[in-house]
Amino acid sequence: MNRAYPVGETVLAVEGVSLAFGGVQALREVSFDVREHEVRAIIGPNGAGKSSMLNVINGVYHPQQGTIRFRTNGAWREFHDMDSNEAARLGVARTFQNIALFKGMSVLDNILTGRNLKMRCNFLEQAVWIGRARNEELAHRRAVEEVIDFLEIQHIRKTPVGKLPYGLQKRVELGRALAAEPALLLLDEPMAGMNLEEKQDMCRFILDVNDHYGTTIVLIEHDMGVVMDISDRVVVLDYGRKIGDGSPGEIRGNQAVIDAYLGVAH
Amino acid sequence: MAIDIGKLDTFPKLLMYHAQIRPEKPAIREKDLGIWQTHRWGEFAAEVRAAACGLAGAGLRRGEHFALVSDNRPRLYAMMYAVQCLGGIPVPLYQDAVATEMAFPIQNAEIRFAFAEDQEQVDKLLEITPQCPTLKHIVYDDPRGLRHYGQEGLTSYEDLLAKGREALQRDPAFLDAEIAKGRGADTAAMLFTSGTTAMPKGVALTHHALIDRAQAAAELEKLGDSDVVLAYLPPAWVGQFIFSLAQPLVTGYCICCPEAPETVMTDMREIGPTYYFAPPRVLEALLTQVSIRMEDASRVKRWLYRRFMAVANRAGGAILDGRPVSAIDRVLYFFGDIFIYGPLRNVLGMSQVRVAYTAGEAIGPDLFKFYRSIGINLKQLYGSTETSVFVCIQPNGQVKPDTVGPAVKGVELKFTSERELVIRSPGLFKEYYKNPQATAEAKDREGWFHTGDAGYFDADGHVKIIDRVKDVGTLADGTLFAPKYLENKLKFFPYVKEAVAFGQGRERVCAFINIDMDAVANWAEKRNLSYSGYTDLASRAEVCDLVRDCVEKVNADLSQEAEIANSQIHRFLVLHKELDADDGELTRTRKVRRGAIGEKYRMLVDALYDGRSSVHVEAQVKYEDGRTGALSADLKVRDAKTFPVAAARKAA
Repeated sequence: MNRAYPVGETVLAVEGVSLAFGGVQALREVSFDVREHEVRAIIGPNGAGKSSMLNVINGVYHPQQGTIRFRTNGAWREFHDMDSNEAARLGVARTFQNIALFKGMSVLDNILTGRNLKMRCNFLEQAVWIGRARNEELAHRRAVEEVIDFLEIQHIRKTPVGKLPYGLQKRVELGRALAAEPALLLLDEPMAGMNLEEKQDMCRFILDVNDHYGTTIVLIEHDMGVVMDISDRVVVLDYGRKIGDGSPGEIRGNQAVIDAYLGVAH
Repeated sequence: MAIDIGKLDTFPKLLMYHAQIRPEKPAIREKDLGIWQTHRWGEFAAEVRAAACGLAGAGLRRGEHFALVSDNRPRLYAMMYAVQCLGGIPVPLYQDAVATEMAFPIQNAEIRFAFAEDQEQVDKLLEITPQCPTLKHIVYDDPRGLRHYGQEGLTSYEDLLAKGREALQRDPAFLDAEIAKGRGADTAAMLFTSGTTAMPKGVALTHHALIDRAQAAAELEKLGDSDVVLAYLPPAWVGQFIFSLAQPLVTGYCICCPEAPETVMTDMREIGPTYYFAPPRVLEALLTQVSIRMEDASRVKRWLYRRFMAVANRAGGAILDGRPVSAIDRVLYFFGDIFIYGPLRNVLGMSQVRVAYTAGEAIGPDLFKFYRSIGINLKQLYGSTETSVFVCIQPNGQVKPDTVGPAVKGVELKFTSERELVIRSPGLFKEYYKNPQATAEAKDREGWFHTGDAGYFDADGHVKIIDRVKDVGTLADGTLFAPKYLENKLKFFPYVKEAVAFGQGRERVCAFINIDMDAVANWAEKRNLSYSGYTDLASRAEVCDLVRDCVEKVNADLSQEAEIANSQIHRFLVLHKELDADDGELTRTRKVRRGAIGEKYRMLVDALYDGRSSVHVEAQVKYEDGRTGALSADLKVRDAKTFPVAAARKAA
């Protein structure tokens, strides 16, 4: 099947990134690139540094070495350590391994928080809620409703997030990330803890996001079936090192990867 | 007020009439992106015209069938009207059917054109194209995920409209001529019967039949253009077709399409329909929800609810029927209406309901009375696909829980010597498509349609239906055995979702029971019973006891009815899985396929009769995505107490 947004040029390049927490070396000189409109998976055994890698990309962790290059509007920007606000402004959105939603707020309000960076009115205008603020809110509400429609969660629009089952909370979190209209979407284990049907739904949504909005996606996942099915290219980390990089087919046949997952006799 | 039909003998003519006389009134509403969007008659008719010209351009011919697979959406209805404008015949299919089930109608009617709601439905249609070589053109509504499918013959609804508008501009007279060519005797739609027993049959209904019946019922209930209906049942079902296509055109009322199947409750509360239809299972699910929420309410509220529901039970139905009620009850009911019934109707989304129907299967007397007692004018009707629904309706003031009312104007009824109900009505179907033999069997030379339902007239001339004629059997000793009658009695208990009774030609009656997950789970929670899932819960001894109590109450009830007292249920078991249409155990309209179940679970039936106390079962289940999985469980087979036939009746 040909894609609406064929995979393009590199948009994100991670070069020689090393990250240590005290004596623990989480990442060692990791380099890889992400191309426009592709689904890029990062896999690896527990503690391989996958989440650290995502945190480096969106500026939560600051690496001791290496650079991250990011292309926006055709121009390359180079960062030694990314600042998380800057990352968000550049169009990087993410979901978390442990759901980080506002439990007491409704689905609608949670997704609306994803529009935060796009709000232009100051708080005085919003308090009075006339003219610009009103129009702006209508526009944002519409954007949020489109996300709700996209993820098929109309029936829980006004339900507090804390009351929802886990699978739906994950979907809401994806919704919040989508509301920011990201260029690059980072998904940290979007399918962890889901049953088969929920996983299938989530796969479909991830592919739809990629297909419909052309969003570039970087995802961490443990379910190999899912990874092999939906990603274009895969990076494999083990003990903070990159041990494999390539198409799902290449990774499947890569001896180093098989050893890392199954373990080898030393 | 229903409109004067006169020369408007087809649906497209009626549509154009409404577009002319009430262009600014709402025709269809749909909730989209959280906001109700209104399509007025004028603009809606214009859209239909464009769609019709688009279809004409694509080559749809007069008399040709057109498949539609979609949930209730304005565009679905626009497409149906557009097809009818050209003299085509819409064939709505169940949107939750799996692909293979869609193949038969498409092959049967050699369908070339189809309309699909979204990617899911398009995928299903594409999946069956190898078996259905005739299927060449698919029009889809929601383009999401479909933009680069690239298959030939796949068109978006927008493109169709755009082409149609162009064609309409080039030749504005073409469509009016096409609409004028339509005759009342032409087939307006073909609906496939659910096929409780055999392959589905395509029922061809004419414009005349549908319009006649829609109008008769509209006159009886005084429906007008200020009425509002929520279109939430499958469009492939004849009732939905009547309520959201035929009757709006006869009266000019507005139909509302919910946002998604899961949001129906919320949408109904927002819309406040005035005319409502619900099969008994929907009403039951609503009541179960209410009861569960009431149990969790504060003590004061529970007390109020109990007290006032007792008043409603005593006086509500009589007040609705306009029968005399004591002054005290009237005052109490007045306050009850303020504190309980009014808010309850509001929660159910039924505050505005003027007329509500239920049909399709027997409704429990308690359930029926509940709705009537809180002031909702719920009535029963009788009809089928072949009769354009309206055969019997209970008129206001003459509502009884166990009958379906007298014949609607224009219908002749009688019972044959085998107790089968036969009908002659202007609303009868034209034929079963390509099945003259079945047509001849169902409709005899004098025009009587054989319903296959057994029953009799009660003292007031109301029709009472007990079962299907072919299912009414006898036990080995010759007593009457009406399985559905027994099953319905069991299903009236909130804990029982489905029941299947066996006994034809046997010594005694035995039954399978399906528990209702919501009700039993709540019951178990209250008793601190832990369980891991449906299968586990169903196999708990406590649950078996609970079900046994229900069975024994039914037996006590049956012992009062001399004719069928011997068909009390001796043994039963609680099934390990929910009966499901996907596994071929229910029809798409959720009727039990007794024969298929008896075949599939032969082992269990044998266990019921050979006296074993437990049986091991392994079953295949089909998931919605078409994969299969296995379930295994140990089922307990229980005996139920039976009662001697009531002496008083026996003497009489």
